[in-house]
Amino acid sequence: MEVFFEWFRVLYDETGINLPFLYDSYDRNRMVDGFFMTVKLSIVCLFFSVVIGVVGAWLQNSPLKWTRRIVNVYIQLFRNTPPLVQLYFFYFAISSLMPTVDNGFGGQQPMLGGFAWAAISLSFFAGAYNVEIFRAGIEAVPNSTIEAAEALGFSRLTTYVYITLPLAFRVALPSLNNNLVNLVKTTTLAYAIAVPEMLYEANQIWSDNVNVTEMMIFLLLIYFALVGVLVWGMNSWERKLKIPGFGN
Amino acid sequence: MAWTDKEPMVSIRDVHKSFGALEVLKGVSLDVMKGEVICIIGPSGSGKSTLIRCVNALNDIQSGSIKVEGQEVNDPHLNKLELRKKVGMVFQQYNLFPHKNALENIMMAPLLVLKDNKVEVEKLARSLIKKVRLEGKEESYPGELSGGQQQRVAIARSLAMNPDVMLFDEVTAALDPETVNEVLLTIKELAQDGMTCILVTHEMGFAKEVADHIYFTDRGVIVEHGPPTEFFEQAKDPRTIEFLGQIL
Ligand SMILES: Nc1ncnc2c1ncn2[C@@H]1O[C@H](COP(=O)(O)OP(=O)(O)OP(=O)(O)O)[C@@H](O)[C@H]1O
Ligand SMILES: [Mg+2]
Repeated sequence: MEVFFEWFRVLYDETGINLPFLYDSYDRNRMVDGFFMTVKLSIVCLFFSVVIGVVGAWLQNSPLKWTRRIVNVYIQLFRNTPPLVQLYFFYFAISSLMPTVDNGFGGQQPMLGGFAWAAISLSFFAGAYNVEIFRAGIEAVPNSTIEAAEALGFSRLTTYVYITLPLAFRVALPSLNNNLVNLVKTTTLAYAIAVPEMLYEANQIWSDNVNVTEMMIFLLLIYFALVGVLVWGMNSWERKLKIPGFGN
Repeated sequence: MAWTDKEPMVSIRDVHKSFGALEVLKGVSLDVMKGEVICIIGPSGSGKSTLIRCVNALNDIQSGSIKVEGQEVNDPHLNKLELRKKVGMVFQQYNLFPHKNALENIMMAPLLVLKDNKVEVEKLARSLIKKVRLEGKEESYPGELSGGQQQRVAIARSLAMNPDVMLFDEVTAALDPETVNEVLLTIKELAQDGMTCILVTHEMGFAKEVADHIYFTDRGVIVEHGPPTEFFEQAKDPRTIEFLGQIL
């Protein structure tokens, strides 16, 4: 492995192509940490945005007018504002309204750090789209299928869990796929509030080494690979859930 | 005052049903004894589907009484689960669960509603598949079955709940002429086994053959009724005569 890393030092000496995150262990650790931070942020946001989507779609069908209204206001608010502004709103506005906690050294610090706010903000951002996506999926389930379950004595909850959701999910998957890809790309915004994810760490490295070109190329490729893995995973999932003779 | 089979299994008394301002059933009464097969015929829009949907409470009624084995359906405290265990329903469009194969479609309600033992339920489901002559199609999804096959799965799915009375709403209307007979044969066998059946149908030959009693409805009222021979040969009401003239 060392030989491999050292080869990049030679590459730099010989050609001027500077990839310090490969030959320099300090930069390498920064890059690896940044990569895993991006992966972690993505996974947390994927999970919570899907939960928000499922719950939101369910609340949208609520018989209570105000529940439906609140969900709709949420969706409009988060779809029609820039995600960076949302992130700043959470990180600066909401955060300042929250109580502070002792930091263990006698000082005070905000209750939630940058990572938590990025996770919350981006989950709500992607969740707003997911609500719409799941709702469209639920609406695509024929009423007659639901009725057949009802006639067999299924309760509303059993029908929702065993009939509506599985069918809605299959309909929603292609759009969900798109939105989740967008979400992973949008995690780079966390850079703006100094969450040490991949873009942030890359910035640190290019500031120290003045190798902006190399870092930009690297970032492009690594995000391409990361999103590629997600797309591949979602597509094979989609294939696995495919039912003969259902959909197209 | 427990119900006994000396009394009608289904007793419909002066039922009125409206959708908004449109009155669809205008005082319908009829009785079905245990083991009896009755056919309801009549022009499109006369309220046939609505009437049988009221029997298992898929539609509510404004006034009158519907009793199934003595249990009043027109009751805000109606135990719908108890009712639906007694009443099976088969729809024109089959309405199978598209994400479940034939066997699973049949097993679902006994498992999820009756919470029966899985091994027992599977045995039952396989015997029902045999009964509707679909051996070898256990693993097929609805999308892989012909209309007639799907409809027979739907019949088996209803029978799996071991109902006392079956409702059939124009179950052959969506089928190709070649497959109509296989479904009619299944229903005929069911009737011969002593199942109480309420059938809405346009198949006059079939009605003549299996029905114990035929009801002709038009614009929300029963115009004329009687045993098949009498009904088809000595219809008195001009509306019945006109209808039979068109259809035969
Ligand atoms: N959910 C509903 N909302 C409003 N009107 C309805 C609804 N269901 C049925 N109707 C109306 O009630 C009337 C009777 O409908 P129904 O489906 O019972 O007729 P039908 O006798 O079964 O006709 P067909 O032979 O075409 O199936 C029709 O005028 C129909 O438009
Ligand atoms: Mg009808």
